Amino acid sequence: MVQLSLSGVGVAYGKRRVLSGVDAEDLRGGEVVALIGANAAGKSSLFRRIAGLAAGDGTVTLGGTSRVAGRATPHCCYLPQDTAVNAVLTVYESILLALKQGGAWSVSDEELRRIDGVLRDLEIEDLAFRGLGELSGGQRQLVSIAQTLVREPDVLLLDEPTSALDLHRQFEVLSLVRRLARERGMLVLISIHDLNQALRFADRVMVLAHARLVAMGDPRAIVTPALLNEVYGVRARVETLAGGEPYVLVEGSSRQAA
Amino acid sequence: MATIAAETAMTGRGQYRALVARRLLILAGMAVALCFTLALDMALGPARYSLAEVFSALAHPSAVADQLRVVIWDIRMPIALMALTVGASLSLAGAQMQTILANPLASPFTLGISAAASFGAALALVFGVALVPFAIDYIVPINAFIMAMGAAMLIHVLSQQRGVTTETVILLGIALVFTFNALLSLLQFFASEQALGAVVFWTMGSLTKANWHKLGITTAVLLFTLPFFLRRAWALTTLRLGDDKAASFGIDVRRLRLEIMLLVSLLAAVPVSFVGTIGFIGLVGPHIARMVIGEDQRFFLPASALAGAAILSASSVVSKSLIPGLIFPISIVTALIGVPFFFSLIMTSRKRSW
Repeated sequence: MVQLSLSGVGVAYGKRRVLSGVDAEDLRGGEVVALIGANAAGKSSLFRRIAGLAAGDGTVTLGGTSRVAGRATPHCCYLPQDTAVNAVLTVYESILLALKQGGAWSVSDEELRRIDGVLRDLEIEDLAFRGLGELSGGQRQLVSIAQTLVREPDVLLLDEPTSALDLHRQFEVLSLVRRLARERGMLVLISIHDLNQALRFADRVMVLAHARLVAMGDPRAIVTPALLNEVYGVRARVETLAGGEPYVLVEGSSRQAA
Repeated sequence: MATIAAETAMTGRGQYRALVARRLLILAGMAVALCFTLALDMALGPARYSLAEVFSALAHPSAVADQLRVVIWDIRMPIALMALTVGASLSLAGAQMQTILANPLASPFTLGISAAASFGAALALVFGVALVPFAIDYIVPINAFIMAMGAAMLIHVLSQQRGVTTETVILLGIALVFTFNALLSLLQFFASEQALGAVVFWTMGSLTKANWHKLGITTAVLLFTLPFFLRRAWALTTLRLGDDKAASFGIDVRRLRLEIMLLVSLLAAVPVSFVGTIGFIGLVGPHIARMVIGEDQRFFLPASALAGAAILSASSVVSKSLIPGLIFPISIVTALIGVPFFFSLIMTSRKRSW
């Protein structure tokens, strides 16, 4: 089972520091960890650092080895937030690309079977031979998710993967991701703005604010009115549904009130 | 439910295989069309031959009349093959520039490489300045090559600077075009009447000075660069999904860009230094290929090369057949027949092509 730990992890772009001192030991395969925080809190930077796409201080240790910036590994797959593309490729071809790095020119039936499987899992078989440029924002997001899932990584970093999806698709995608995490022993880090989804699907949450990690743990224990006030500047209640699931109800801005 | 899913899985896989087969068929069709224009190119000229005569001269050189053999093998074939090689090289160079810069406007022409080559050639034609003191027979192409490589390297170095986006690179390229055009005008201003004529003719682009030696060099460069592109076909296609995605799939994006830019510079600079400015092919060849075959580089690469070669070869045919006995400068014909064709492709294409 894969294990990821962060020790004093920081990211800076030139002189601008966007993240510092993030410690998180013992992130294990099989769990879904939601990353929450206000816009520009450093969520994407943390993902890029873990994926090996950004440099910074501290160490990211994945499966016993330290990550080197500028080098991605097949075990760790990052889905960027921006999925807009203008390539003249069909959805099917774009998913194939995720499988074919450094490989032979020929495409095996086994590889095509994996693509068919992932299209089926995400219920987007009907998009398979549409051009990438013809897709809506939500469809593009689903295709990007397919590109990451088809690689069957040990660590999956999803940067706001559901921001353009309708309610049904959000639910389906998050359920699928959680099921795959359990079945494959995959560690999923997912940044998400919808706190109710985070509460529902994540085993743990990491809360980023002011370029730091301010809280981490069981969502039900962490997501409290006081935290929401501190991180987002909102007055909110955390209620419990009949089924036992917590949900967040925003009442207003605490910044305006002050 | 399970059977429906199984059938769909079959269709996905089957459809992909069918798509690949269709593309191979398109490539074969393009190759056949190219062979036809090549044969036509060799048949036409001051002395007109039938295609049957051309084929017999090609198949049994010793069995045909001396005149026919000399005209086909020594005069027309180097020129006709030069059209193919130059067209393929410029189109491939444009295709890879568009890929690594993620910009539909990138081409040897719009990045200033052709303009730099013209300036280098004009330096030799007007003042007899040789940028390298030896090989005086090749002073014009060598000057053109050095300036073209210099411009390509400058573009590359600038594109590596922090905060320079691919759009900025195109802007820099267009700025280079204006700069070199101004310098060229300056040279023309000072040029003698005879030198001025030579410069104007050179910048129009012409295949007529082709010989086996120049053809050999151009072909060697094309054959040298091709395996690198082919080996990187998957990575280059993936680059079009965006840098972050490509990097997260394990591609060293910076290294790939550097490698391809160096190869592309060579590929664009050599043909331009021999045949002059042929601006249209490097921009449009790749776009035509993209429209008919998509951007999977396993097909896009050969399709770009074939499209470029076919356009230039067809232009060569037209340049000889408009007025008997007169050969029009190739770049004029290329643009005049290519642009309407390109427009009609854009207007009739139902799919997005960038």
